[in-house]
Amino acid sequence: MFSLERWEEIFDTIRKNKLRTFLTGVSVASGIFILVILLGVSTGMQNGVQSQFQRDAANRISVWTGVTSVEYKGLNPGRRIQLKNRDYDLADRKYQDQLEYKSALYRIWGGLINYKNESGNYRVEGVLPDYQFLESATLTDGRYINYSDNDEYRKVAVIGKKVYNDLFKDKKSAVNKFIEIRGVLFKVIGVYTDPGGEREEARVFVPLKTSQKVFGAGEDLGGLAFTLPQEENFDQAVKTSQEFTAKLAKQLKESHTIAPEDESAIRISNSLENMKTVYDMMRNIRLFFWFVGIATILAGVVGVSNIMLIIVKERTKEIGIRKALGAQPLSVIGMILHESVFVTTIAGFFGLLLGMLLLEFVGPMVETDFISNPTVNFQVAITTVIILIFAGAIAGFFPAWKAARIKPIVALRDE
Amino acid sequence: MIEIKDLHKSYKTGASSLHVLKGINFSVKEGELVSIMGSSGSGKSTLLNILGMLDEADEGTYTLDNFPIKNLNEKVAAKYRNKFLGFIFQSFNLINYKSALDNVALPLYYQGVGRKERMDKSFAYLEKVGLADWAHHLPNELSGGQKQRVAIARALASDPKVLLADEPTGALDTKTSYEVMDLIQGINDEGKTILVVTHEDDIAHMTKRIVNLKDGVIIDDSRVNQVRAIENV
Repeated sequence: MFSLERWEEIFDTIRKNKLRTFLTGVSVASGIFILVILLGVSTGMQNGVQSQFQRDAANRISVWTGVTSVEYKGLNPGRRIQLKNRDYDLADRKYQDQLEYKSALYRIWGGLINYKNESGNYRVEGVLPDYQFLESATLTDGRYINYSDNDEYRKVAVIGKKVYNDLFKDKKSAVNKFIEIRGVLFKVIGVYTDPGGEREEARVFVPLKTSQKVFGAGEDLGGLAFTLPQEENFDQAVKTSQEFTAKLAKQLKESHTIAPEDESAIRISNSLENMKTVYDMMRNIRLFFWFVGIATILAGVVGVSNIMLIIVKERTKEIGIRKALGAQPLSVIGMILHESVFVTTIAGFFGLLLGMLLLEFVGPMVETDFISNPTVNFQVAITTVIILIFAGAIAGFFPAWKAARIKPIVALRDE
Repeated sequence: MIEIKDLHKSYKTGASSLHVLKGINFSVKEGELVSIMGSSGSGKSTLLNILGMLDEADEGTYTLDNFPIKNLNEKVAAKYRNKFLGFIFQSFNLINYKSALDNVALPLYYQGVGRKERMDKSFAYLEKVGLADWAHHLPNELSGGQKQRVAIARALASDPKVLLADEPTGALDTKTSYEVMDLIQGINDEGKTILVVTHEDDIAHMTKRIVNLKDGVIIDDSRVNQVRAIENV
């Protein structure tokens, strides 16, 4: 099977039949190439969607308010609902055992911030210590807000990396420096980064009570944020968080005298629930790509066997001659299979290489939110090439076998 | 060398069957040059195919060099063909993407002869048929007569017991035909057993014995005075 003589014979045949070899090669190489690109784009989409969801804690539940849309107990619709400290305290007390992280927050939109000669407008939020984890923030310098900061109304601030880059041009540590927020001096205690990127890092956090006092908010809150502890089972986690969300909504609606069916007064977004939708979608996308990929491979296999059939047909006479000269059936099968497997292998790896090179060099240049870093698992790609070669050999075996059974007398009959 | 007794062969065509060979008894001794003649449909090609193990008889016995040729599977048939027989066809049947030399070397490849020896031997046979200068040409660069010479060299390459030629001059003009026959006569003079199927009288008379076939039976089998082809070129 692997004798030098056979190889010489194969190379001879390939050299003398360049077009045929080229066509077989192109069909195999393009199949693999398309598959690699598909798998790459599929991975890229997955990466893209995943990075969109890394901004905040994956299981975050956020509450904010709007205006009522339904008349209830004599109250007119169009009433603005304002969350108060007691709403948070009640939820905290009631669900203490169920909650992992929790925070109330108060927002000041467009807080003008000065440091020395630099200034900028950033979102300022009054938050509780847990908020760091609700935001998936990581500190690069200093510390986050703690409970004593809050209880003692300390004027301290944690600033985002973008704020730091904008204001602290000297690149020295911002910790213990004083910044002015709406004319009030705050001491910087930490700098954070956020996987959500610049938009999420253009913010300043201060203790909740400090913010309410300094900016004259009284007992008002801008929103609530919670996470529930992680659970092993994703579906179970979704169910638990949905139950919690429902209870929380019911309680808030009761205390603010809102109709139970009013969807616009109390808004609750459940990341986990959203994530489930996205994961389902992503799974479907992946399935779709696999389907297309497998169909492509099938088309490749059909293409290879088709070409093999034509080759055998074209070589019928030659096979007849070879048999008349003493070629044994097995040697005929071997010759045809050996040649086809050799051509498919070379072409398959060429297509693989081309696809991977394209992903390698063009992949990083793709700049959209939905595709990032399209790569292909090398092992998967190699496996597909091997499958294709194997399938090609199987598909080629039957024509070869048929060829081996051709009676030389039939093959040699003059037309 | 060849012993045939009571050979029958029929082909099925739809419902009816066509009885092509109706009891052939025939033997060839070593060193003979025999022509098998007959009109088309007389069964001469069928007989040659059976002799060449390309086809099998329905009845009767066939012995080649004391080997009974019966119920051969493909593998053994291929081995025997390679060892005992050399074929020369009307349409040459060269492999068109292989050079003359490679074509001649093919039977040796299937005998498992090493490359170096194979090429040397093949070249010697090409020299013998006068085509040493054309060794590296492809068949389509050769004339009809040259192609048939390559085919003859190829048939000789495996040093077979018997050469079987099916209308070897059928596709050639008279002059070239005689040149090819001259070559065949030369090979026979060296002692090789050769069977030639032909329907041309002049070609048949260049052999030493003519077997006449008609409707599947031998109607005449007689020795003739061999006409040397070279005299007519």
